[in-house]
Amino acid sequence: MSKQILKTYFLDPLWKNNQILVAVLGICSALAVTVTVPVALTMALSVSFVTAFSSFFVSLIRKKTPESVRMIAQLAIISVFVITVDQFLRAYFFEMSKTLSVFVGLIITNCIVMGRAESMAKNVPPIPAFLDGLSAGLGYGYVLLIIGALREIFGFGTFFNIRIIPDSWYATFSHPDRYVNIGLMPLAPAAFFLLGMLVWIANYISNRE
Amino acid sequence: MWMVQYTITSLLGLFIQSIFVQNILLFNFLGMCSYLACSNKIKTANGLGVAVTLVITIGGILNWFVHNFITGPGALSWLGLETVNLSFLELIIFISVIAGFVQILEIVIDKFSPTLYAALGVYLPLITVNCAILGACLFATAREYAFFPNLVYVLGAGLGWWLAIVLMASIREKLTYSNIPKGLKGMGIVFIMTGLIAMTFMALTGINLDRP
Repeated sequence: MSKQILKTYFLDPLWKNNQILVAVLGICSALAVTVTVPVALTMALSVSFVTAFSSFFVSLIRKKTPESVRMIAQLAIISVFVITVDQFLRAYFFEMSKTLSVFVGLIITNCIVMGRAESMAKNVPPIPAFLDGLSAGLGYGYVLLIIGALREIFGFGTFFNIRIIPDSWYATFSHPDRYVNIGLMPLAPAAFFLLGMLVWIANYISNRE
Repeated sequence: MWMVQYTITSLLGLFIQSIFVQNILLFNFLGMCSYLACSNKIKTANGLGVAVTLVITIGGILNWFVHNFITGPGALSWLGLETVNLSFLELIIFISVIAGFVQILEIVIDKFSPTLYAALGVYLPLITVNCAILGACLFATAREYAFFPNLVYVLGAGLGWWLAIVLMASIREKLTYSNIPKGLKGMGIVFIMTGLIAMTFMALTGINLDRP
């Protein structure tokens, strides 16, 4: 397969066919794990890993899987990688694994992973399937990071746990007229509003093209 | 094991809590994909809501047995294997139980009620990958509910999901006649409305009805 075609496989899910902004998949986790950047980054990497490798293996056995057990076979492959990620996080990043709680396990039912397996991996050879899965995960990841960054900066005044809005700007008892964090940002609805706005911006840009 | 310290009143509290206060869709963000994709019409939303409630309740009960008798820490003591901990297999067994149950349900419904099958047909296989179901099971195991609290919790989660999708579908039906900015049409406005609904549900935060 030529390099050009492989490049299209990789680039297409990043913007033109972005899984969150265009296909509107994988929203559950996009909203729940974007309160701060480190959490969003962990989730982005985990999902990229799972999507890439599960696509690869689904594609590897695509000619041998009977149609009737396809879904269960795919779910089994996906859950193997999700369990790997889950155990890895528990062993090396225990705090992070506690913060993410059930959302690591829920990567199994993340629509992106299943969607890539169903719409791409079961039709194409392993290498393009791997690239496609990887970039679907990365496309999901950067949207997660944008939302996470906005929520962390405006919600806590920090970025990657480093304070970027200086303490001296904040309102105190003696100066109640200064800056305060936006209390809505760490909460659920803010994620919906931000995602709605991102979809709007993405639509606007692609309409102009 | 079955009730622990829960009374009938606290079970009722847990029920209300899981439908309204910690609505699985609007508070925990689970089951978003099918919620966004299938909330165009009230009729389909209703059908999907019924199916999800059914699968979430029965899948939740089955997975409670899986957790307590197979995969939980010390759960294999009825076989005399106190030290074996199979919790790393929990995810894969849970999802297989759900997928298998959906498959059986499909066959049974097709056999006994073809009309219901025709109404649900398309949505049934979709339910396997609805994260609300796996999510409710995982939350219930993480909180270590006893049998009846677990039953009430998963039932409430299903009903809450149903309520949320029907709410959204009824708004979206009216929305067809509204004048929305071009780029926001479709998904954009749905996100913003879901955010607004979630905000109204937030007014109930801080109510703790689920303590025994």
